[in-house]
Amino acid sequence: MENLDQLVQDGLAAVEKAEDLKALDQIRVEYLGKKGVITQQAKTLGKLSAEERPAAGQKINEAKGQVEQAINARRDDLERSALEQKLASESIDVTLPGRGQDLGGLHPVTRTLQRIEQFFSKAGYTVEQGPEIEDDYHNFEALNIPGHHPARAMHDTFYFNPGTLLRTHTSPVQIRTMEAGKPPFRMICPGRVYRCDSDMTHTPMFHQVEGLLVEKNVSFADLKSTVEEFLRVFFERDLEVRFRPSYFPFTEPSAEVDIEWGREEDGSIKWLEVMGCGMVHPKVFEYCDIDAEEYRGFAFGLGVERLAMLRYGVNDLRMFFENDLRFLRQFR
Amino acid sequence: MKFSEQWLREWVNPANDTQALMDQITMAGLEVDGFEPVAGDFRGVVVGEVRSVAPHPDADKLRVCQVSDGSQDVQVVCGAPNVRDGLKVPFAVVGAVLPGDFKIKKAKLRGQPSEGMLCSASELGLSDDHEGLMELPEDAPTGEALDAYLGLNDVTIDVDLTPNRSDCLSIKGIAREVGVLNSLLVEEPDITPVEATHSEVPEIAVRAPEGCPRYLGRVLKNVDLSVPSPLWMQEKLRRCGVRSIDAAVDVTNYVMLELGQPMHAFDREEIEGGIVVRMAKANEKLVLLDGQEVELTADTLIIADHAKPIAIAGVMGGEHSGVSPKTRDLVLEAAYFDPITLAGKARHYGLHTDASHRFERGVDYKLAWDAMERATALLMEIIGGEPGEVVEVASKQDLPQERVIDLREQRVADVLGIEIDRTILEEILTRLGLHIDKLLKHGWRVHVPSFRPDISIEEDLIEEIGRIYGYNNLPVTEPTGSLGLRPQKEAVRPVSAIQNYFVDCGYQEAITYSFVDPKVQSLVNPEVDGIALANPISSDLSVMRTSLWSGLLKTVAYNQNRQQSRIRLFETGLKFRKNGDAIDQQPMLAGVVVGNQLPENWANGRRTADFFDVKGELEGLFRVLGIDIEFSSGQHPALHPGQTAELFRDGEAVGWLGALHPQVQKKLELNGTILMFELFLNSIVSGYVPNFKDISKFPEVRRDLAIIIGSDVGFADVERVAKKHAGDTLTALRAFDVYEGESLGEGNRSLALSLFWQHPERTLNEEEVHSLFNGVIDALKQELGATLRS
Repeated sequence: MENLDQLVQDGLAAVEKAEDLKALDQIRVEYLGKKGVITQQAKTLGKLSAEERPAAGQKINEAKGQVEQAINARRDDLERSALEQKLASESIDVTLPGRGQDLGGLHPVTRTLQRIEQFFSKAGYTVEQGPEIEDDYHNFEALNIPGHHPARAMHDTFYFNPGTLLRTHTSPVQIRTMEAGKPPFRMICPGRVYRCDSDMTHTPMFHQVEGLLVEKNVSFADLKSTVEEFLRVFFERDLEVRFRPSYFPFTEPSAEVDIEWGREEDGSIKWLEVMGCGMVHPKVFEYCDIDAEEYRGFAFGLGVERLAMLRYGVNDLRMFFENDLRFLRQFR
Repeated sequence: MKFSEQWLREWVNPANDTQALMDQITMAGLEVDGFEPVAGDFRGVVVGEVRSVAPHPDADKLRVCQVSDGSQDVQVVCGAPNVRDGLKVPFAVVGAVLPGDFKIKKAKLRGQPSEGMLCSASELGLSDDHEGLMELPEDAPTGEALDAYLGLNDVTIDVDLTPNRSDCLSIKGIAREVGVLNSLLVEEPDITPVEATHSEVPEIAVRAPEGCPRYLGRVLKNVDLSVPSPLWMQEKLRRCGVRSIDAAVDVTNYVMLELGQPMHAFDREEIEGGIVVRMAKANEKLVLLDGQEVELTADTLIIADHAKPIAIAGVMGGEHSGVSPKTRDLVLEAAYFDPITLAGKARHYGLHTDASHRFERGVDYKLAWDAMERATALLMEIIGGEPGEVVEVASKQDLPQERVIDLREQRVADVLGIEIDRTILEEILTRLGLHIDKLLKHGWRVHVPSFRPDISIEEDLIEEIGRIYGYNNLPVTEPTGSLGLRPQKEAVRPVSAIQNYFVDCGYQEAITYSFVDPKVQSLVNPEVDGIALANPISSDLSVMRTSLWSGLLKTVAYNQNRQQSRIRLFETGLKFRKNGDAIDQQPMLAGVVVGNQLPENWANGRRTADFFDVKGELEGLFRVLGIDIEFSSGQHPALHPGQTAELFRDGEAVGWLGALHPQVQKKLELNGTILMFELFLNSIVSGYVPNFKDISKFPEVRRDLAIIIGSDVGFADVERVAKKHAGDTLTALRAFDVYEGESLGEGNRSLALSLFWQHPERTLNEEEVHSLFNGVIDALKQELGATLRS
């Protein structure tokens, strides 16, 4: 029994020296295994008297416990440092960019159109489409622009033949919608339109949104609120809006709409024209077989590129159709 | 229409300043486009009088003049050819500042002292005329400040009139509006008939009364056209943007600007026989005042004499019959021409004149008499002459009818959304010259004056009321119509869902022109004729696209030329094709991809996008849309013959996917492998509404096999055969490896497949699966000549 203390001392020293889990396990087997040197000490108990046995057994157990504790502590140490090493080796540069596909983007015109469609959809307007190659009747005649009308000269129309043309505005969709259904109507029509004109401020193709509301009891005052609210929602600003008398053959009264866009040097409001609108002309109702005594309506039309330019600060209309990626990527 | 503010204020002079006046008429619907001062910015210029002119001792072209500034004579050296004794001329005295901040100082010119400068009109910003000194009338008061003498504290205001407002194409018309807006009376010049002093009258025959319902002519004998029109008249014309020509032309222009009636003066000598107003005969020729010879068409209303055309009615006179300094006798014309007859005629001859602009929009059909008398009086004042009687040929039935409109008070309130006080309504109408014929029970009977051809229905009157009352004084109310829910098909996805999908896949949306370059299009779609525009803006934008690829490929070129190598674009829009006599306008979805599949960075590598990248993205789209699309090998002239898939949905062709044909690519000067797709939007947007099935609680069984099969057998065929024999418990079939190599023998490839079975209600037993699996293998062997790979 005298060497039990020595065995414990040796064991503890060996544990202290163990460099890895494998060596540690060998030490466990060597000292505490079935044939371990400390375990073997139990065999000496038989030589002892019954009175001595319990104390001696307890001593052996204590010795086992002491070494076992040291082994466990050492194992924890070794495991911890192994983990630390592993984690250290696995560390990455989290500032490097991620893997995978880049995001594209919508064309600013589409982005603008989607916003406009959302606003009006929520107010109960349907979104209608119409042909871009249009006939004279829907583009002009039914909109109260007969063949000799001076307003035709303002339209710079692209023709295929005398009766077939590229629509010069989205207004023909008003006619097609009213022809196809029965009032009341609340609709907008976004789309491409074409004018035979190309310079710094004109492209031969651009986009408009046409709006039409036909109900039994609607007035110019209702038109004003619709247009004003739309412009304030679109620009997300409480801007000043004014209505200026104008002329469109298919509306009466007609107005052009100006918004506040900065200030002049003297502090007065700088006005910018953004839309046209008016009450549906009785002639147009007549063409669409709608009783102008029973129903009234208002219509409005706006240029999408113009609104997009103002909204996003684009300074050259032509960029919309060059599709330069360096331009398009700015609208994600 | 450009007009002089000062001239307007002679008619009606509201208390507001220039800016306020412009704002006011803009807000009444006469939009002011701009304004500019009628003279340059100068000071210290007076009416000078040349007292004597002597040659310069040392310079041939200079003269030494003594000039009075009203208080003293000073010496001025001048090089203008028209300087002469007694001439009244703008004189910039020492200390004066001319436009451009040019200060006048004492100077010596070739040794001779010169104190001040005699000015040309252009030096004062009064015209572009550089020809010598500006000559002032003999009675100009020497010493008076020039700006005061000429009334140069004036601006030219440019109003952009809408085509309905022909009544405002004159000082008179604008003055009427300003009067209404300010509740002021308008002062009109006194127009009284001029007594005839002889009995000679022009012979006038109107053969086309529909086109010319009223024609007035008068002979003015023995005029002296060597006399120029007076400076005040030239100045008014200039400030309205009209050049002074000679007294006869100036007076007719003056009356047109003042009253709105275009007129014409003929040289009576040049009229053979009499005046005939008729339609032109085809191929008749006429040399116009601007020198161009036109060949007339039979739908053109002309003024002719007994031998030849002498003017295009309401557009432009002929050169031959125009007045010249030699002209002794004039024939004056004032007519009403029908707007519809004249519509588009000027443009047909490449012309746009002040007269045609007015007649096409509608001139006051009762104005001709006033204009004739006004012009006669002015001409006699300037160039003398003896007036004859006015001859009028009028066709009452062809003149516009008198218009009477009933206006309902309730309708005004309904349309404008406000009840306007009756007295205010009546005042607005009356001031506009809309005469209230009688009061009705619920409104008014309104007589429309001849100068407002644009007003013919009740709405026209309501617009006038709204306009003068002020749109911005009208209330703002919400539409009150009921808002029902609208049907919306769940299975139909909005186009925005497709657009957003491609954005998520890294595509940038493009919007290209609907008309394209026929040369590019013939490469993309050689078999389809595009629809050509009759009046394209340029040859490279002259044909409607038959595919969205034409525009997208051009966009690829544009970007590749700007150092962009990775390009992923999509577009939605119509393509246009002839279909017999009809035109198909079909909404399409198209895309192009070139360059690296992923943006280049440390982790993404630099793999170039290939067919299967784009196919995978399309398959993703079809899952988004909830549709099944079959890709089958096909041929398209624009695509690589070995990398082309035609897409089908339930047997219907819905589009193409492939790599651009290398030859087309070379011709378009594009770089890289360009993958393209185009699909019919309407064929793919409608999917299905999900229908729940119980989730099987029983295990799924997987079996893998590898076969060697001819390379010409498509995976789709393998899949079809396998599915046919795999029974209805097959849940999935995947190709997990494709291999081609010499070891397989030429023309062969190896396909590795995994098949998954699962029964909804029980566990599949080993025998069942085994038998299905073997069935598949046998079918692949028998139907497609496959062999199992060991």
